[in-house]
Amino acid sequence: MAARALTITSGKGGVGKTTLTANLGVALAMQGQRVVVIDADVGLRNLDVMLGLENRIVYDLVDVIEGRCRLRQAMVRDKRLSELFLLPAAQTRDKSAVQPGDMVRVSDSLREQFDFILIDSPAGIEQGFRYAVAPADGVLIVTNPEVTAVRDADRVIGLIEAEEKGPARLVINRLKPNLVRQGEMLAISDVVELLSIDLLGVVPEDQAVLGAANRGQPLAFSENSSQAGRAFHNIAQRLQGQDVPFLTFQEPSFLQRIFDFARSGGMGS
Amino acid sequence: MIPKTLTIKGIRQGLLITLSEGEWGPQLDALGAYLSANPAFFRGGRVALDVGARRLNGPEIRAAAELLAHHEVELWAVLSTDPTTEAAVQELGLVIDLGPSAAPPAAGPAAEDELSRSAGPLADGLVIRRTLRSGQILRHPGHIVVIGDVNPGAEVVAGGDIVVWGRVRGLVHAGALGEEGAVICALDLAPTQLRIAGHIARSPDERRSKPVPEIAMVRDERIVAEPWSAGW
Repeated sequence: MAARALTITSGKGGVGKTTLTANLGVALAMQGQRVVVIDADVGLRNLDVMLGLENRIVYDLVDVIEGRCRLRQAMVRDKRLSELFLLPAAQTRDKSAVQPGDMVRVSDSLREQFDFILIDSPAGIEQGFRYAVAPADGVLIVTNPEVTAVRDADRVIGLIEAEEKGPARLVINRLKPNLVRQGEMLAISDVVELLSIDLLGVVPEDQAVLGAANRGQPLAFSENSSQAGRAFHNIAQRLQGQDVPFLTFQEPSFLQRIFDFARSGGMGS
Repeated sequence: MIPKTLTIKGIRQGLLITLSEGEWGPQLDALGAYLSANPAFFRGGRVALDVGARRLNGPEIRAAAELLAHHEVELWAVLSTDPTTEAAVQELGLVIDLGPSAAPPAAGPAAEDELSRSAGPLADGLVIRRTLRSGQILRHPGHIVVIGDVNPGAEVVAGGDIVVWGRVRGLVHAGALGEEGAVICALDLAPTQLRIAGHIARSPDERRSKPVPEIAMVRDERIVAEPWSAGW
């Protein structure tokens, strides 16, 4: 079976594209899929750091495109999962080094050996975005439940629809249930209503995500230790066509906490 | 309001302006006057010019492009049945054919001035059946019907009326060629900005809890919006 190429993009920066790419790559590989993640953010590479593979890079995407190495030489095998590979971005070049056709060629030559090709798009809607979506069979739109991020996501969905790169599916990242309840953050339903595309997953805010990224050990490795890790695995399963119910993020209400407190025996326990 | 010497219609790639026969100079003057009179409708748009059987040279075509550029309109195609004119057009790097293959690749905001693929030949009205998203502009000299939402950051500009069977959150401009009698109707009218002819209004800051269909029109030099009632 030929691989599906999925581009992870958002318009706005800092919403969690790279985090989602790294964690989905890990989760899919843990579920037995053969995965290659491509860092398309030429000049500002991060995916290698987040996966803890920075010190294994010899060649990169631009070396492949410009013929300085074979594709296989540039692929970095993950140190923990034998079926997860990284194709790193060049750090010393910029986005003008890559054309949409280059990404299509690279992706096509990977399709036979993999089940999933995940492409981490740069922020913005310029050249980098254009080449990152060029080979896509589907697009994952990442947004935060914030008005600015949603506005940019809407813009990007419009561009993707115009290029017929769909279907675009939505991942809402960094949801803070208590803020939604206070009316300080957009609810999932508000975001989905405005963007009107399929919701693929919701990842709650979790401080462990940041620490995991800094250590180069994505949270998805410890699947059940956190809700965010669980959410990444659920998204990975949905990408394989499985029907996984959405997590509910009910933080205990004040009354519920009093009730639990009383039931636990109060102060004494 | 449109001068007799030119006709305007909406096409998939923007607007098509057809110049009738007559001397080139006065024709361009008339076009310029019309663009000056209706800046809101044309600004930021893309235009194809149909010059008929005229024989034009490079400088004459460039004069048209510069006139349009002066009004912030991009000339991307010139249609003609005269081979000399066609050659001069190609010399300037412009397109001579509206066929789908000739459509330039989407690049830059101007290129997104688009009409729906599903829009066939246009007479007076244009029906669009999808949601207009941030950054998308829909521009048509006649009436526009949108079956879907107009999201924040999207713009709908019509010479005539605008009817939205959905939510309006972006910018809508009816009567953009100066028609004061144009109206805007929507199931939920909460636009960033509402314009009819030369009038501008914005939504009240507080959102209505339960939206009702509304119609907006100009009355006593102001834009007013009223709930739509079935007995109207």
